[in-house]
Amino acid sequence: MKNVLIIIKKEIKDTLKNRAVFMQFAIFPVLTLIMENAIDIKDMPELFFTKLFSIMFMGMAPLTSCAAIISEEKEKNTLRVLMMSDVKPWQYLTGIGIYVWTICMCGAVVMSTAYKGKDVLFYLFVMGVGFAISVVIGACIGIYSKNQMVATSLYMTVFMILSFLPMLALFNESIKKIAKIFYTQQIRMILDDMSFDGLTLQGGIIVIVNITLAIMLFFLIFRKKGLE
Amino acid sequence: MIRCKDIHKSYNEKEVLKGISFDIDDGKIFGLLGPSGAGKTTLIKILTGQLDYEKGEAYILNKAVSELNGNDRKEIGIMMDQFGVYERLSCADNLKIFADIYDIPKSRIRETLALVGLEDAVNKPASNLSKGMRVRLQLARAFLNTPKILFLDEPTTGLDPMTQKLIHRIILDKKKSGSTIFLTTHNMEEASTLCDEVALLNEGVIVDSGSPKDICRRYNHQKKILIHLVSGNDLEFAHDRNSAEKICRLMDEGMIETIHSSEPNLETVFLELTGRKLED
Repeated sequence: MKNVLIIIKKEIKDTLKNRAVFMQFAIFPVLTLIMENAIDIKDMPELFFTKLFSIMFMGMAPLTSCAAIISEEKEKNTLRVLMMSDVKPWQYLTGIGIYVWTICMCGAVVMSTAYKGKDVLFYLFVMGVGFAISVVIGACIGIYSKNQMVATSLYMTVFMILSFLPMLALFNESIKKIAKIFYTQQIRMILDDMSFDGLTLQGGIIVIVNITLAIMLFFLIFRKKGLE
Repeated sequence: MIRCKDIHKSYNEKEVLKGISFDIDDGKIFGLLGPSGAGKTTLIKILTGQLDYEKGEAYILNKAVSELNGNDRKEIGIMMDQFGVYERLSCADNLKIFADIYDIPKSRIRETLALVGLEDAVNKPASNLSKGMRVRLQLARAFLNTPKILFLDEPTTGLDPMTQKLIHRIILDKKKSGSTIFLTTHNMEEASTLCDEVALLNEGVIVDSGSPKDICRRYNHQKKILIHLVSGNDLEFAHDRNSAEKICRLMDEGMIETIHSSEPNLETVFLELTGRKLED
C-alpha cells in the first residue's frame, strides 16, 4: 500500500507540472460550468451540456491520461527504475488507476453542481463506474504500447469512438444503433433519465459485457506484455 | 559478492554472451572493458535480473539472481544510461520518490545531491539539466540507499573531462565506504584509474582478466626503453643490463629530454588480443 501511495504522490506532483494532462482533466468540467451558465436556448433539454460533456469527459480523460502516463514511463525507462526498486507492477498500476479515477471524480464533482439532492449522488455513482471502465481501457493501451507515439494513435481512435459516438447518436438513428454497444452510450441513456429506469435489460448486459471485455483484455495484454 | 559461471545469452539465435565467468570480491571495483556491442549492457541486465539467460549461473549477495527478493534489491544500486529521470520533477523530487520507497530520511536527499555536486540544482527540473548533471542525478539515485553493490553502465560516456573526474572521485569514495562496484566502460584510462580488476570482453567472450597492471605486464613483450633526446632524436634501448651503462652516460651528459618504458596499456593489450580498438 505504501508504494501505491508513493505512485499517487508522484503523479500529483507531475500533473501539476504537466499542462497537457492537467488540461485533459480540467477542460470538460470548466466547459460545463461555463456553457450551463452562459447558454440558455429555448426548448433545449435540461442540463444538456452537463450530460453531453460528462460522456465526452468519461470517454476521454481517464483513458487518454492513463495510457499517456504508462506509455511515457515505458518510453523514458523510468518504469523500469521503479520496478528495479521493488515497486510491483500491481502497485504501480493500482496507483495510476486510483490517481486518474480520483482526479476524474473531482472533475465530476464540479460537473455535478448542476444537479440537486439525490441526483448528485446518482450522477457521481454512474460517472464513477464509467471512469473505472475507461481507466482499465487506458491501462490496456498504455501496457500494450511500446512508446507514446503508439499509445497516442491507439487512444485517439478509441476515445473518438467512446466520446463522440454518443454525441453523434443524438442526431442520427443509425449511429445510435452502433453507439448502443458501448458503455458510454448506455451511461448517456441512464443520465438522460437520471435513474436506472433508462437502463434496459439489453443495456445492462451491454455494460456488463463492456466491463468484462475491458478486464479480460487488461489481463491478456498484461500477461503478454508485462510492464517492461 | 557477485559471481558468474558460464553465462550464455542469445538474441534471435545470435549468441551475444558465450560462457562468461568471473568472481568479484566484496569492496572491489570490477571493470568490464569492451567496445560497443561486446555484450556489457546485456551482462549488467542479466546480473540485475532484468534479462533471462539460457545457460549458466549468476549470483549476487550469495543468492541466485532469480531468487533476489525486495529486500535484496534494496541493497543494489543501478545506473544505466537507458534509465530515465522524471523530466518535469525537480532533482529533489526525483530522489524523493526513491527515498520514500526505501524508507530513507528526507535529509539524505540533499546530502546525496551535494555529494554529486548538485546542491545548487536541488529545485531545478530534470529537463533543465545538462548531460553531465543528469548523469550525476542518475548516480545520486543509484546510491541514495547506500547499496552494497553498485552497477554502473558506462557512467562517464560522452561527458567532459571535469565531470568525468568528479564521477571518478564519487565512485572511489563509494568504494572506500565499502560498496562493491561493477562498472562497464570502453575507456581504458577509466578502467586503469578505477578498477581493482578488469575483464576484457569481446564479442561475448572474456579474452583476459586480472588487475590492470598485471594484464599490462603480461603483455609487455617489447621490454624497451624509449628515450627522447634534447637534440630531438629518439632512441630505443633493450630492457637489459647492457643498456644501463649507455642510458647512464646519456643522463650524465644531460642529453635526455624524456624517458619511458614501453609497457602496453589496456587499449594496446585489447588490440593485440582481438584486433579491435576499445573505442570501436
